[in-house]
Amino acid sequence: MKKVQTIVLKEWAEVFRNRMVLFSVIFLPLLMAAIPLAIIFASRGSMTSEQYGEMPAQVETFCSAELSSGECFQVYMVSQFMLMFMILPLAIPSTISAYSIIGEKTSRTLEPLLATPITTFELLAGKSLAALLPAIAATYLSFGIFSLGSWLLIPNPTVFAAMMDPRWLIAVFLVGPLLSLVSVNVSVMISSRVTDPRAAEQLTALLVVPLLAIFFGQFAGFFVINRELVLAGALFLLLIDAILIFLSTQVFQRETILTRWK
Amino acid sequence: MIQTENLTKQFGSTLAVERLTLTVEQGEVFGFLGPNGAGKTTTVRMLASLISPTQGRAIVNGFEVGKQDDQIRRSVGVLTETPGLYDNLSAEYNLRIFANLYEVRDPAGQVEKYLRMLGLWERRFEPTATFSKGMKQKLAIARALLHEPKVLFLDEPTAGLDPESARLVRDFIAELRREGRTIFLCTHNLDEADRLCDRIAVFKTRLLVVDTPERLRQRMFGRKVVFHLRNPDEIMVAKIAGLPFVSEARLVDGRLLVTLDDPESRNPEIVRQLVMDGAEIQFVGELRYSLEEVYLRLVRNDSVPADGAAFVLKNGVEKKK
Ligand SMILES: Nc1ncnc2c1ncn2[C@@H]1O[C@H](COP(=O)(O)OP(=O)(O)OP(=O)(O)O)[C@@H](O)[C@H]1O
Ligand SMILES: [Mg+2]
Repeated sequence: MKKVQTIVLKEWAEVFRNRMVLFSVIFLPLLMAAIPLAIIFASRGSMTSEQYGEMPAQVETFCSAELSSGECFQVYMVSQFMLMFMILPLAIPSTISAYSIIGEKTSRTLEPLLATPITTFELLAGKSLAALLPAIAATYLSFGIFSLGSWLLIPNPTVFAAMMDPRWLIAVFLVGPLLSLVSVNVSVMISSRVTDPRAAEQLTALLVVPLLAIFFGQFAGFFVINRELVLAGALFLLLIDAILIFLSTQVFQRETILTRWK
Repeated sequence: MIQTENLTKQFGSTLAVERLTLTVEQGEVFGFLGPNGAGKTTTVRMLASLISPTQGRAIVNGFEVGKQDDQIRRSVGVLTETPGLYDNLSAEYNLRIFANLYEVRDPAGQVEKYLRMLGLWERRFEPTATFSKGMKQKLAIARALLHEPKVLFLDEPTAGLDPESARLVRDFIAELRREGRTIFLCTHNLDEADRLCDRIAVFKTRLLVVDTPERLRQRMFGRKVVFHLRNPDEIMVAKIAGLPFVSEARLVDGRLLVTLDDPESRNPEIVRQLVMDGAEIQFVGELRYSLEEVYLRLVRNDSVPADGAAFVLKNGVEKKK
């Protein structure tokens, strides 16, 4: 455990000097919190109005009967953007592990590292945690800022409660970490094969595509994200993560890391 | 301390190391020489349990490569071909990382010990990116020593260093030897090997020869004594060549060059014979070949003379050291 901790701290000492990493860990979460807050702020005047009249069915599923249609629409809009919080656990780990692994390759520090009694599992775990922990922390922090901001901006506790629907809490607190684990694993595999951290990042960024598909799918009304769907997604990700972790412990032996990570 | 038996490593179709069998004794500085691409680094990597042999066995420090890798890694230190430091981190932090990974009992103490020993203590908080090549190399050596390994693999420790830094590193290696550590030294610097090593292996995918530097010279060239004569002539030379213990006597650039096995006891007889024949002797000296000449001949010919056999020169022009 001490060795894993050593690796994690060492990664942070190195990687947080990088501007791209700082951008993704600090700026991105602030941006993700600011967008829905801006929507709430912009639409605060129309809260109690009934001007929207009948809501489309997909919007109504987000609201209980106690809300006015204006409030309902606000909840709907913000809910759309909840999915955007999921970009954080996808994007942050890929940036961190791309720089940490490719940095290790270009400075040729892998060999002395592999000469120590560290196991490859400890090494990979250290590298993964170094990317995972900031990603999860940034996601939670970003969501925390959003929650606090919306609590301050929304006078009606029923509206606030509607926004904090359990499906979003599950998404942020459970699906988020699982997603970042996927991202880390994919990023480690890609980074071990390429020499340019930006290339690795961009390849890993393709993981955002399914997320965007879900976002637009819901926006266009093809389906509604409900609690069951989020839980099913979490289960699916759990399975994917288990497979990825198994694969990387199989694929990454000392010799492979030393001679193939080029 | 190190024993290998038919150790072989193949990368795809490239045979990097072929059937290497050797023994390195405890406390020995063992020089491992060979041209670029000979497979030196590959050998070190196998012996340090970094890559696995395709075939054969190796025992390092009593542990078997491929079976007790963890114990091997704990008991050996490796100076890799490139220093491989974390350039953005301080010297001290670089070492602390490795002290933790090697599970050193007193990390701070060990880090301080080696930083001081190698003269880096004053600059311990500076990022290693600001260090000179020599300082980086010293730091990398310190890193390999933190866990006080009994066996040390040094892969070209003085490559790319200026003479002064190289000297520092060499003195340090000599110091380590006095501490009784076993040192496996890969190098291209033959002079260094000559001065530091108890025994030398010349290697080019296969093991060409192993011996002490002195005996290697003798095996390759025989021992030669040069007589500077004021008045050399062919008859004198023929007489000397006729002595039973002389394997060869020739005139080269007006000097008499005699090849024989035991000059210490036989030289007086040669001198006596020369004086009897009227020779005026100005100087007598042993012709020492540099290790470089031994090495070049070995890696060019790829052939090894049988033990003790004097190698007869085909053309008589030799360089004196
Ligand atoms: N990971 C690898 N994959 C394929 N071939 C390799 C690999 N590592 C080494 N080789 C090959 O094995 C041979 C020996 O290489 P090695 O690095 O051990 O030589 P060396 O004696 O250390 O050379 P140098 O003096 O240049 O450091 C070379 O032909 C090299 O190309
Ligand atoms: Mg080498």
